[in-house]
Amino acid sequence: MTTGGHTRSLDDAPQLKWELPNWAITCMSVAFVIIAWEFFGRDVNPVFGSYPTAIAQAFWELVKSGQLLAALIQSLRAFVVGYALSVLVGVPLGLIIGRSRFLEAAIGVFITGAYAMPLVALVPLLVLWMGLGFAVKACVVFLMAVFPIVINTWLGVRAVPKTLIEVGKSFVASDFTILRRIVLPATIPYIMAGIKLAVGRGVVAMVIAEFFTAISGLGGIIINAANAFDTAKMFVPVIVLMVLATMLNSFVGFIERKVAPWQVELSGREES
Amino acid sequence: MSDIAQGQVSMADVSKAFTLRVDGKIQTVQALKSVSFDVKQAEIVTLIGPSGCGKTTALRILMGLETASRGRVSVGGKRVNGCGYDRGLVFQHAELLPWLTAAQNVMFGLEMKGVRGAELKDTAMRYLDLVGLKDAANRRPYQLSGGMKQRVGIARALAIDPEVLLMDEPFGALDAQTRETLQGELLEIQARTKKTIIFVTHDLDEAVLLADRIIVMRAGSIQESIEVPLLRPRGELGALRGTSEFAEARYTVWKALHSAEAVH
Repeated sequence: MTTGGHTRSLDDAPQLKWELPNWAITCMSVAFVIIAWEFFGRDVNPVFGSYPTAIAQAFWELVKSGQLLAALIQSLRAFVVGYALSVLVGVPLGLIIGRSRFLEAAIGVFITGAYAMPLVALVPLLVLWMGLGFAVKACVVFLMAVFPIVINTWLGVRAVPKTLIEVGKSFVASDFTILRRIVLPATIPYIMAGIKLAVGRGVVAMVIAEFFTAISGLGGIIINAANAFDTAKMFVPVIVLMVLATMLNSFVGFIERKVAPWQVELSGREES
Repeated sequence: MSDIAQGQVSMADVSKAFTLRVDGKIQTVQALKSVSFDVKQAEIVTLIGPSGCGKTTALRILMGLETASRGRVSVGGKRVNGCGYDRGLVFQHAELLPWLTAAQNVMFGLEMKGVRGAELKDTAMRYLDLVGLKDAANRRPYQLSGGMKQRVGIARALAIDPEVLLMDEPFGALDAQTRETLQGELLEIQARTKKTIIFVTHDLDEAVLLADRIIVMRAGSIQESIEVPLLRPRGELGALRGTSEFAEARYTVWKALHSAEAVH
């Protein structure tokens, strides 16, 4: 007991139980899956499956040739544009639909319908309209990402307590001021949930679009590698995309804690 | 109109009907039936009665959050048409905006009124000080106790300097001790600011402790209007509870409430 003097004074305080931090649990879980995959994956025919070291090798070759970086930039550019547009359109649209009985009845039905729309079926049509380039990819990302954002924002607006709106009314605030100063901040947790859902859907949309255009981006690498039965190479962009989506999700979570710190306190749960 | 004081409130022959849909059938509920009362400037009037008697509806009509189906409502001689800065509402559960600090919550109403710059901050701090929360100015609502939240709610309503303070069971959700403290503070604040207060409550003691006059309501009508013969300032409320005058006034109101029940 080198710090005996200190521990004695702390004896009365409740002992904090040491717990494994969340990030450590996540890391251990990921390591376990990778090891298990390596162990069992080696026995599989390399056409039907692959394993981490083979994928790492393919990854390194794609990095060396510069192919991966070029594809990543191509894909990300379309993703960022389509995704940003879906946030910029989706949040205001959700807010006004939630506040207006007329708009809710008039366009709500299209939004819920479009959310379930089998977009894959429409991609060839979009390609006919916009060609095989950047525009069609951004458009597909936008169409996949915008609806969860609209719907979540809309539901969030519906869940704002009537009394908070009345606080605004009691101070003679205009409808627009109530929307901006009360409804929007009260809806942020829902908006953020929608934005997080949209990350995953946007990434999927990006790959679908590239499957159809097949000449560029990470989706292009996937489909070309799959056609050549190069399974290890095919897994590289898949894993890059998974990592990317996870990072984007934690980034959105970080933004949420910045713009709505009270929410984390209210739910009493620290995300990590 | 010069004979009408600013904080004077008048409800004349006010009725309010709500339509509800119950199991597919449309029902009309008569929340208020031809209610008339006047409140003098700087007077404290409590509306008391069992739940569903229309006391909150009457308050919301005065605030302008509901419109009367019939009748005339005026504050300071001006007809009430929607909300206005001549009235401040204290909500049942404070209803602070959870993303704003205590000071920002008080500033919210002031900003809506068009107050800007240094005056905005100074006024907010002055009213937070009035309710004894200057030190908690930067706390957010989840960091405040129930009593502190309601103090901020009172400061927010008072900061816009309304002529009439409308309070909707503001202490109903608080524990007994906090409630008594806030009742005393409210009387002190009223003595200093001379605001007209209309206070909805279902607590008999609270009604008697605070009011100059108690309006007992039942099933949408005024059952009785009772003057409280206690002097102002009321002094220490704990001591006041022990006096025979308090007991007598309380009994009078109790009888009025219970005769209401007997008729029911």
